[in-house]
Amino acid sequence: MSLPISHSDSFSLVEQLPILQILVPFVSAPLIVFIGNRTIAWWITFLASLISLLISINLLLLVNDGSIISYHIGGWAPPIGIEYRVDALNAFVLVLIALISTIVAPYAYKSVGNEIPKEHHTLFYAAYLLCVTGLMGVVITGDVFNVFVFLEISSLASYVLISLGSHRDKRALTSAFNYLIIGTIGATFFVIGIGLLYMVTGTLNMIDMAGLLEGKSSSSTVRSAFAFIIVGVGLKLAIYPLHIWLPKAYTFAPSFITAFLAATATKVAIYILLRFMFTIFRPSFLEELNVLNFVILPLSIAAMIIASLIAIFQKDFKGLLAYSSIAQVGYILLGISIMSESGLTAAIIHLFNHGITKVALFMVAGAYVIKRGGSLLTNLQGAGFTMPWTSAAAVVGCLSLIGVPGTAGFISKWILVEAAIENGKWPLAIVIIFSSLLAVVYCGRVIETLYFKNGNDETIVNESPLTMLISIWIASLACIYFGLSTDITISVSDLAAKMLYLK
Amino acid sequence: MINWEFIIGHLNYWFFIVLMMTGLYIVIAKGNLVKKVVGLNIFQTSVFMFYISIGKVIGGTAPIFPVDMKIDNNIVYSNPLPHVLILTAIVVGVATTSLALALIVRIREEYGTIEEDEIFIIEHELDSSNKTPNTYKENGHF
Repeated sequence: MSLPISHSDSFSLVEQLPILQILVPFVSAPLIVFIGNRTIAWWITFLASLISLLISINLLLLVNDGSIISYHIGGWAPPIGIEYRVDALNAFVLVLIALISTIVAPYAYKSVGNEIPKEHHTLFYAAYLLCVTGLMGVVITGDVFNVFVFLEISSLASYVLISLGSHRDKRALTSAFNYLIIGTIGATFFVIGIGLLYMVTGTLNMIDMAGLLEGKSSSSTVRSAFAFIIVGVGLKLAIYPLHIWLPKAYTFAPSFITAFLAATATKVAIYILLRFMFTIFRPSFLEELNVLNFVILPLSIAAMIIASLIAIFQKDFKGLLAYSSIAQVGYILLGISIMSESGLTAAIIHLFNHGITKVALFMVAGAYVIKRGGSLLTNLQGAGFTMPWTSAAAVVGCLSLIGVPGTAGFISKWILVEAAIENGKWPLAIVIIFSSLLAVVYCGRVIETLYFKNGNDETIVNESPLTMLISIWIASLACIYFGLSTDITISVSDLAAKMLYLK
Repeated sequence: MINWEFIIGHLNYWFFIVLMMTGLYIVIAKGNLVKKVVGLNIFQTSVFMFYISIGKVIGGTAPIFPVDMKIDNNIVYSNPLPHVLILTAIVVGVATTSLALALIVRIREEYGTIEEDEIFIIEHELDSSNKTPNTYKENGHF
């Protein structure tokens, strides 16, 4: 497939967008530390997120016709220099990250003020912006070693951010430590995989590497590189048996961080998986190894069913949502393992829709932490009456998680079921529906607690702060908007899937 | 029949694998958090060794061009790129280790122990107590 490629030789602003996408949050982080004022720190975070969102939307519009932007860092042409390569898939994931970061920023003002001691605020926001930088860098870069470096920037920042939940509950420290151990093992496995690929090809540029790997699919070095990379990335994205770090880290992290990481961190890991599987190793390699049918498919089904079952018996609302996240990662992996263009479209769409849904729900959980003193289900009893707007948003989020028509969750599940049936894998459709029924059970438990278990007969309205409600409702309305108007999400995911599958 | 040529020819890989498994074993088997970090370091170091060894070209010299830039094409140079890459990975490793040790200091302050099984008992009590954790109380948000 021949594609028009634009080069960054001129100095106009549009040509420099790919590097600005990284530089804006990256430069803002030390700026916050130098200024050292809490309120200004919040404003810089908000503005940096907003500018990133504008840049990413611009990039998406530029590549929406199927073209590719190739940006050469320092003017060094690839494969020698590092290349930033933007196509429909990474532009879409960049928009997701920047959008979530912008939505959660107003929420952060009160939530962080309540959960983190004042003297830590500036450093907290600096670490947060480094995490955003890392996640965006992973997505935008076209160089495999650069992926590792950015992955570690975002991971190190998120270990710090999760551990800061210790001011509310000391278990945040041990969950951050466990995440650090497991995350580092994952990243190191990933580096071993890259090293093996470098031995075979002598290049680090993704496109160059893909070309040089052609016809080497039987080499055991290439195969072991693939295994190392899948396991390494699998640890980061919480593929079912490798998920143990996730529930505790998400339960005890500060609410704002949980909301952001749940919607972006695992999604970025899925992006890496897609990029390596389809751009570097190519679909033909996957078919030859049959790894999707024998490894990813059973694990994703296990995630969808077992994690949903565990979610039903959780005592903590955040824990329940964390297990549901593992199940939803299962849906996305199921879409990938159908091994067709429509399956990939479903996976990419669910990646976006689930991000929007989970950010809304985790923000609601954080609002309960502030107003009800915790996110245990016993804290939530009767909250439907004392916090009507927050709880209404929880209901919208839950409906989207189940996949009720009219919400974003329905669209992605519908396309997933369609893809499964289209490829003659109708038993998968039954699994999807069964797992959705389990989601009805655990979401039903939450709604029951909110509205039908009024232990104290409280009626005095004690609503969350307005800035938090704004964020929560923007995310909830997005769940409904992307459930009704699907032009943007479907056309972009479709294009991204086509480009991944053909190359 | 043992293929000695194969075994000796891949000597660097055998060392890499032994070191890597040693590190991984320590991370999994040891209950002391500091020992876990030591294991993690050994595991990461094995990968550094692996990268450095694949950059070696037999008969190759240090990849430094002469000052007058008169390059003799007959001289074989080692590949410097893996070494540069691993310099970055070493920096990442140092950052990870320092963060892990800082977390251990905080865990010691809060739990009074750095043994995993003792921490597990304390956490199990917290999990089953069903008590609302102490919220950080300071109402003036900003």
